Amino acid sequence: MTSDVDVSMPRVRRRSGLVCALMKPRTGGLGLLAAIITLLPLALPNAYAYDIAINAGLNAIVCVGLNLLIGYAGQISLGHAAFFGLGAYASGILTTRYDWPALAALATGAVLVGVLAFLVARPILRLKGHYLAMATLGLGVIISIVLNTESWITGGPDGLMLNDFTVMGWKLSGDTTWYWTVGVVLLVSVWLSLNLIDSPVGRALRALHGTEIGAQVVGVDTAHYKVLVFVVSAVMAAVAGSLFAHYAGMVTPGKAGFMKSVELVTMVVFGGMASTFGAIVGAVSLTVLPQLLVAFEDYEPMILGAIMIGTMVFMRRGLFVSLLDLLKTRRRA
Amino acid sequence: MASAFLQYLFSGITLGAIYALAGLGFSIIYNASHVINFAQGEFLMIGGMATVSLVGMGVPLELAIPLAVLVSALVGLALARFAVVPAKDASVVTVIIITIGASIFLRGLAQVVWDKEFHALPAFSGTTPINVLGATMLPQSLWVLGVSLTVILGLGWFFGRTMAGKAMLAVSYSKLGAQLVGVPIRRVLLTSFVLSAGLGAIGGIVVAPITFTSYETGIMLGLKGFSAAVLGGLGNGLGAVLGGLVVGIAEAMSAGYLSSAYKDATAFVIILAVLFFLPNGLLGHKGSDRV
Amino acid sequence: MTLLRVDHLSKQFGGIAAVDELSFEVEAGTIHSIIGPNGAGKTTVLNLITGVYTPSRGAIYLDGTTVSGKPPHELAAHGLSRTFQNLQIFTTMTALENVMVGRHLRLDRRFLPSLFRFPGVVKHDAAAREHCMGLMEFVGCGRYVDADAASLPYGALKRLEIARALATEPKILLLDEPAAGLNATESREVDAVIKKIAAQGITVILVEHDMKMVMGISDRILVLNYGRKLTEGTPAEIAAHPEVISAYLGAAA
Repeated sequence: MTSDVDVSMPRVRRRSGLVCALMKPRTGGLGLLAAIITLLPLALPNAYAYDIAINAGLNAIVCVGLNLLIGYAGQISLGHAAFFGLGAYASGILTTRYDWPALAALATGAVLVGVLAFLVARPILRLKGHYLAMATLGLGVIISIVLNTESWITGGPDGLMLNDFTVMGWKLSGDTTWYWTVGVVLLVSVWLSLNLIDSPVGRALRALHGTEIGAQVVGVDTAHYKVLVFVVSAVMAAVAGSLFAHYAGMVTPGKAGFMKSVELVTMVVFGGMASTFGAIVGAVSLTVLPQLLVAFEDYEPMILGAIMIGTMVFMRRGLFVSLLDLLKTRRRA
Repeated sequence: MASAFLQYLFSGITLGAIYALAGLGFSIIYNASHVINFAQGEFLMIGGMATVSLVGMGVPLELAIPLAVLVSALVGLALARFAVVPAKDASVVTVIIITIGASIFLRGLAQVVWDKEFHALPAFSGTTPINVLGATMLPQSLWVLGVSLTVILGLGWFFGRTMAGKAMLAVSYSKLGAQLVGVPIRRVLLTSFVLSAGLGAIGGIVVAPITFTSYETGIMLGLKGFSAAVLGGLGNGLGAVLGGLVVGIAEAMSAGYLSSAYKDATAFVIILAVLFFLPNGLLGHKGSDRV
Repeated sequence: MTLLRVDHLSKQFGGIAAVDELSFEVEAGTIHSIIGPNGAGKTTVLNLITGVYTPSRGAIYLDGTTVSGKPPHELAAHGLSRTFQNLQIFTTMTALENVMVGRHLRLDRRFLPSLFRFPGVVKHDAAAREHCMGLMEFVGCGRYVDADAASLPYGALKRLEIARALATEPKILLLDEPAAGLNATESREVDAVIKKIAAQGITVILVEHDMKMVMGISDRILVLNYGRKLTEGTPAEIAAHPEVISAYLGAAA
């Protein structure tokens, strides 16, 4: 019987410390991301470009969390935009109608979304595959319908306007300020996500993706971990939503709708599942792409749909992960 | 009081028949491939829009309808051949993205080929409302019910009495087993999409005079059809019909008695309730994992 | 001293009694095998003991505590561990990570410390890594440590599952057909591993078809047929038992 492992390779490779550090996601990858975020403004020509970058960053934050759920834990959510939207609306309602400070509103929104996610998680995550997809879809649609209908508090289809994000007198406004804020929040999210993945909690999540019963017999309470990752990803989406609402100055029910949820899942899958950086690549690509296609506006849905199908058929593991694989095999040859 | 109830009941049954057809489409494809076809709703949309186009070009209704159904069936075939077959043993998430991508693509295509407006199809036999026990019913509703019933009976005959139909059912029970006795799996898959696309188109056409049609009508119709299929037990034909009627009537009742703003939410509340409490649906059966 | 006691255990699937009024005891520190023709209910018994199924009737006691009806992840905390007939490997992880999941209950698995990478978590993880590499050596998979689990050959995967089960530091290890699909050499290697495990004081319950292995390694053998106990005893007693012979080979003409 042949082995697929090259057993002539020594088990432990001695490399220089620096190279070793660069190869690890936490130091190397995070460092690279920080470098990119720091240097990118040099390449951004105008406010429009900044706007795209900021939106890409916000989407990336949601996708890093969603990737924990879909890529690592192997679950699926077709309703995650609802959490994004709820965070946005929480900030909007609390700051505009009740004059809450922005930071408190953001925190409260995150907590409320966390509680909601916790309550629905256990029953929903008993489902698997297509059924789980449809349940999350149903939940997301119901939430977006409620946001659209209860206009006395949500402003209905027209949505809400928001004021600037103010923290103790300091106003968060202007493209550059928002860019750095989103950049920092993204870096923190990535750091937290990488920590989680390379820990007993992360291994438990990845294990239950492989086989739930296999994980259970070694003591992993799979239901508990599924709820945990669902809540974490929901809270991340809510925080991103709150920031988005203040940045854009408004929020509408569409931001919580089914199409937005589909976009988010596509970003995660397109970039590469089970890869934090892949999720970022996906988010950035699919935020920038519609802007590039503005000339083809009428054909945009067709192109988007074709990309979705094409990626899944030809590059099943996602763009980033497939590229990494290509580099690995090239290096080994 | 009673006439209002009857009114809601009639419109509920009419809607329910359409959801039943959409749900049957889901079930047929699910049986042949264990794929949930998120693009199912688009077949209904294509049927309606194509008929409107053809009639607009001067084609008589009797000819436009079968042509539109054919168009939809061909779209279904293309979808199966170019999007689903290449995906073969992909994970659930991958397949979901593919069919959602297909539905987005088809909607985009519809926008380009047609437009973003609502269109009306002339009713098949006039619009004089019929009075039944104090409630009114549109003659088109009778068409909806009649056509749906015929289609359902036809499907029942197909799956129960023909070799092709039984082969499809065999695949739903055991893909490997069916392959081993010579059932051509790929052809079954393609056929299931063609059948569902045709089915969807018929539903979309026959309801278009009542609800109007546009490039966007597919999304909701599809999702509600899915609700019907899941309620009845995914893969169960009779279940899809039952489920469709329940969803339709529930929607009409909630629109009438509760709030019309939340009527769309009804189908999704039903999806959640079924998935939480009765995951195998009304007529489905429990599976179990062998460890 | 009795470690595991099964008392009038029954499991119905619809109209079929897969296990019917089964009672037996397993002494600590022994290798106790369960054999029987196909369909006798051996894997069902294993699944009942390990919480995959809930009994229709009867009870299971581990070290005096009732464990029947408890979910699998709780049983791991009681010192129960198992491998599977149909491999349940975590295919998206490396071989070492598979075994490290087995250390789950022994590690600091609190959420916030993991999220912020507290030094305690890192230290525990490093220690776990060492321990698990040792376990992989112990079962003979040492050279596959960094390989993706999905790339391992079948025989190595069977042993990887054993390493993972051992990582929980069980009192009692249940092995479901560990030699299935292995050739003679590999079976002997698994045999040796099981002996090493028993030598450490871990009680082993073995479900197997490989008679050579069963006869050579077991302290006691339980024979099942149609979900019921046919007989139990030492290998010598079982080999000579006429009903066992006829259940396996058919009655003399």
